[in-house]
Amino acid sequence: MFRGEGETVEILSFIANNWLVILGLAGEHISIVVVAVGFAVLTGVPIGIAITQSKRVADMVLYAASIIVTIPSIALFGLMIPILSMIGQGIGWLPAVIAILLYSQLPIVRNTYTAITNVDPALREAATGMGMTPFQRLARLEIPIAIPVIMAGVRTAVVMNIGVAAIAAYIGAGGLGVLIARGISQTDPRQLITGAIAVSLLAIVADWALLKLQKRLTPEGLKR
Amino acid sequence: MIRLEDLTKIFRTPNGDVVAADRVNMEVPTGEICILLGPSGCGKTTALKMINRLIPPTSGKIYIDGKDTATLDDIELRRNIGYVIQQIGLFPNMTIEENICVVPRLLNWDAKKARDRAAELLDLVGLDARQYLRRFPKELSGGQQQRVGVIRALAADPPVMLMDEPFGAIDPINREIIQDEFLKMQSEMKKTIMFVSHDIDEAVKMGDKVAIFRAGKIEQYASPDRILAHPSNEFVADFVGADRTLKRLRLLTAEEVARSDAPITSRSTKIDDARQVLSAARARIAVVIDSDHRPVGFVTADEMTGASGTVRDLAHPLPATVPVRADLRAVVSEMFAQDTMWLACTDDQGRFAGVISQPDVTAALRATYTRDRRASEKLEAS
Repeated sequence: MFRGEGETVEILSFIANNWLVILGLAGEHISIVVVAVGFAVLTGVPIGIAITQSKRVADMVLYAASIIVTIPSIALFGLMIPILSMIGQGIGWLPAVIAILLYSQLPIVRNTYTAITNVDPALREAATGMGMTPFQRLARLEIPIAIPVIMAGVRTAVVMNIGVAAIAAYIGAGGLGVLIARGISQTDPRQLITGAIAVSLLAIVADWALLKLQKRLTPEGLKR
Repeated sequence: MIRLEDLTKIFRTPNGDVVAADRVNMEVPTGEICILLGPSGCGKTTALKMINRLIPPTSGKIYIDGKDTATLDDIELRRNIGYVIQQIGLFPNMTIEENICVVPRLLNWDAKKARDRAAELLDLVGLDARQYLRRFPKELSGGQQQRVGVIRALAADPPVMLMDEPFGAIDPINREIIQDEFLKMQSEMKKTIMFVSHDIDEAVKMGDKVAIFRAGKIEQYASPDRILAHPSNEFVADFVGADRTLKRLRLLTAEEVARSDAPITSRSTKIDDARQVLSAARARIAVVIDSDHRPVGFVTADEMTGASGTVRDLAHPLPATVPVRADLRAVVSEMFAQDTMWLACTDDQGRFAGVISQPDVTAALRATYTRDRRASEKLEAS
């Protein structure tokens, strides 16, 4: 489909003529990922902390989260159609958000769990011995120390799911995947390549922005 | 005061029960340091951690200042006990100030009061508050971190402190310095302290009392000197070492042994007069002092026999002097190094403070033995 210089010019003129549409699709894409990963943080971090209490439960939860990730995204979307149809939401934005929320659990839960369990036992002993309650210990010591690793999990989830969200176009969720899907069905390399490049750029920019955020959130005393 | 009554800990493991502490009974008087000493796995750390309930006791009672601690909840109990661990455990996400203020904050102190306290404590261990309050633990050397670890435990001024090998992770030179600093602080603070160590030298230096543990039981609980002079059994004797008498040298200072009435003379004194001083004192050697009362040399009776002139003609220079505050180990070490039977002592201003001889040192060590023997004979007679 791609034959050289002429194509490049065509793609650039396509982008120039349709940049408002592309931006709109990018906005949809971002909204799916941000909402889904946002909820994944709200659920995954508490789960990751909770399972530090029992190695057995932790193993089970992490195993379940790993299994979810092995389900191909297109299959997961298919599975959700009959379930969410019951509330009239079989296709569109909601199943996409739910799928990504599920995929995000593994990196976020696992990184939270690992970071909290890796806090130096001596620090934990000092905190307990000085009279901190378990909650105070968590809030003042363990979570601040775990922040860089938890944020790394969030980054993994975001980058991974920007790709997954592209496929959600097939269940009518919108987003930059629309360009790719149309490019394939209409054999239009301009749309296909524009969509692919936009998704990649979005992933790179999101990763960079989250790295900045991670550095900001890391307590000063833990920075190298 | 800390009192332990029949304190017992049994760990239930798949391979059967392990008795880590077996009916431990002891009492640490207010203001004293008690060292829990023993080989690893002897139960000393378990005993310590039962006091702030990091390890819940299986049975037995713990009283602090007469109060049964079982009536307090864990959190309240711990906030009123200073706790120092070997790994220091400074929180890396907090500044030095925040670290020191952890317990004051937990106790809802006024922020300003807590800050002032942090600065005061830093000054106490010789760290400039303006420079260090805002720093993070990783920016401090090991010795500085250890000092902060100790003052963090002191922040809310708890009456009781538990210290689990607090100076174990520092190099020997810094350890000596920090131990000395801590003893100086303790002489003012008068905290009641339980201190776990595996180092007999540290125990002798730091402890008012030493409890020797083996397999969860106290083998002997007594003053360092008593343990070194009269180990109650073979195990204690082995543990404190074959050189235990030499270790006792550290417990005495030159001041306690030196003869401050040793004969003195000056350079311009006539030999005849000096000889008379010596025979009056029934001594063979006189220390020569200068106009500031500083020891500068010595003369011997033998050399003065039949001589004339002044002391200046016969005086020998002193091989060395020792500060009168030095412990006997340092004194004996200097005697051996100089190959001499005696040394002149000086006070803080460098003035002559007496003469200490090898027989004096030996007699001092022997004195404890005979005194104790007499005491025990008296006990048996009564």
